[in-house]
Amino acid sequence: MNAITKSPFAWLLKREYWEERRGFLRAQVIAAGVIIVLSILGVIVAEVARSRWSGSIQIGASGSLTDALQNALNHNVDGLVRALDATMAMFGMLAAVVLFFVVFFYLLGALYDDRRDRSILFWKSLPVSDTATVLSKAVSAVIVAPLIAVVVVLAAYLAQQIVMSIWFAAHGLNPFLLLWAHASPFSTWLHMLAMIPVNAVWALPTVGWLLLWSAVARSKPFLWAVAVPIIAGVLNFWIQLLGMPHVDLRFMWGDLVGRSLLSILPGSWMAVYADAPDINRLMNMDDANQHIGTYGMMYHTFLTPQMWIGAIVGIALIAAAIWFRRWRDET
Amino acid sequence: MNVAAEAIAEQPAHPAGSETVVQAHGLTKRYKNAVALDGTDFRIGQGRIVGLIGPNGAGKTTALKAILGLTDFEGELAVLGMDPRRQRPQLMREVCFIADVATLPRWIRVQEAIDFVAGVHPRFDRAKCERFLARTKLRANQKVREMSKGMIVQLHLAIVMAIDARLLVLDEPTLGLDILYRKQFYQSLLEDYFDENKTILITTHQVEEVEHILTDLLFIRDGKIALSATMDEMGARFAEVLVGAGQVAAARALNPIDERAAVFGKSIFLYDSADPEQLAQLGEVKRPSVSDLFVAIMKGTYA
Repeated sequence: MNAITKSPFAWLLKREYWEERRGFLRAQVIAAGVIIVLSILGVIVAEVARSRWSGSIQIGASGSLTDALQNALNHNVDGLVRALDATMAMFGMLAAVVLFFVVFFYLLGALYDDRRDRSILFWKSLPVSDTATVLSKAVSAVIVAPLIAVVVVLAAYLAQQIVMSIWFAAHGLNPFLLLWAHASPFSTWLHMLAMIPVNAVWALPTVGWLLLWSAVARSKPFLWAVAVPIIAGVLNFWIQLLGMPHVDLRFMWGDLVGRSLLSILPGSWMAVYADAPDINRLMNMDDANQHIGTYGMMYHTFLTPQMWIGAIVGIALIAAAIWFRRWRDET
Repeated sequence: MNVAAEAIAEQPAHPAGSETVVQAHGLTKRYKNAVALDGTDFRIGQGRIVGLIGPNGAGKTTALKAILGLTDFEGELAVLGMDPRRQRPQLMREVCFIADVATLPRWIRVQEAIDFVAGVHPRFDRAKCERFLARTKLRANQKVREMSKGMIVQLHLAIVMAIDARLLVLDEPTLGLDILYRKQFYQSLLEDYFDENKTILITTHQVEEVEHILTDLLFIRDGKIALSATMDEMGARFAEVLVGAGQVAAARALNPIDERAAVFGKSIFLYDSADPEQLAQLGEVKRPSVSDLFVAIMKGTYA
């Protein structure tokens, strides 16, 4: 471990984290924090409403909440577990959306910002190859940032549970029995962790596309990266309207435009299963197991051509970004 | 190119120095609509402080970029025996450069910059860097964006001087700095960094500022080396004479490479390889300044 954390590549990853902690960490903490604050506000509203109805503030007395939860515990444990899973999944989905925007703009700036402010000349004065530099940015986007997001999701879930525990305890309910005795939310969390490699390989075409424009554009990499595929898609649609030979619309929008811009959205590989006839078997859904796709489905993605063709294209685009990083001559 | 400069360019390019640090032969770089380096030959020896001096657009920056492996080129170029195009990461272990004052990333903190360089650079001496920084007012958690230009250059210099490199390239290193920091910059380099195993290559517009520390001169013009000489050779070859009004005709007869007016109706003549005894009869002889020599040789460049 020591040898790994002391390798130059680990320092490149640290460097990316230092520069981007605002997006990688702080944005996730703020998003999760907003949800937790909202749930605290919700608890306060519930308490105030309850005290109005009963005419006096009676924290700890048995009210409708206690009855409802006691009832749930006795008769419908599944429903409670599902609510806990949903809490974890909600934090996960929120983190995924934040991650998409953070990583999208991170990749667009990764090889552009230091060219614009000329600090590229400082980075290039160090004995680090351009290949290592570009790869450190790709790895930060698909491994480091998602790992941080998943850790924040767990922390947010735990914080949320602590808030609820205090509330439950104030009503004389045992939070350990109700909130902490169920392993299911944690297996949902492990599921998110296990999804990172699948997301990472699936994301490669977008990673490569954005890094390439980041390395090439003289200005406005966002405009180039977004306008080129969208204009191509619109032109193709227009040609189709004229009845001339065109690229299949679904292939154009889904496999070209979509994959070049949206593949970094965690879980977007599920598009592969959009019209699979055996989707239910693959998902293996049952009531207690509401994961966003099972492990079997997740890793089955590695057997699909969409995954591998996308990965090859993505790697080629990253290689092109490395070439431009090495030879772009403008300063 | 004027006649004087052509004559000077014909001299062989061989500044002194035991081991060769940079050797260029037929170095050529063409941009779409301009030739930046036109078959340039030069050699830089170890333990020298070389001033690469030329007007804007003469190819200075392109030459530095070629040496640092930042641009592709035609011809031969060996830096410490390596090809900067193919061996850049290895080369950068032994070569440092400061491009100008504003190239440190604005988001980085002093501590992070030191940690990072220590992590990726095998020849970086952290303790040394911290000793240099202790002399400044920089704080460990200070960000570059919170620093003045002078402080940024102090940080950059502390990092670079703590790297045991064999070649240090400085491209306009003091541009935009106030005079106190400029003096301090070169003072530190001479006192705490330079030794016979190191080589420093400097480009600057402020020739007067580096004149006293240079050991070698490389004048570049239109992508070609117009003059390559050690300061000693320069002193032996070129002479400046302050000539009274009565002797101007005699002075012109000795083929000066430059003539300019001085106070009290006198004129200053600059000679290349003239007979010292003849010059002494004309007036007071002294060694020309690098900037006067530069102006004389580059004359006509902007015409």
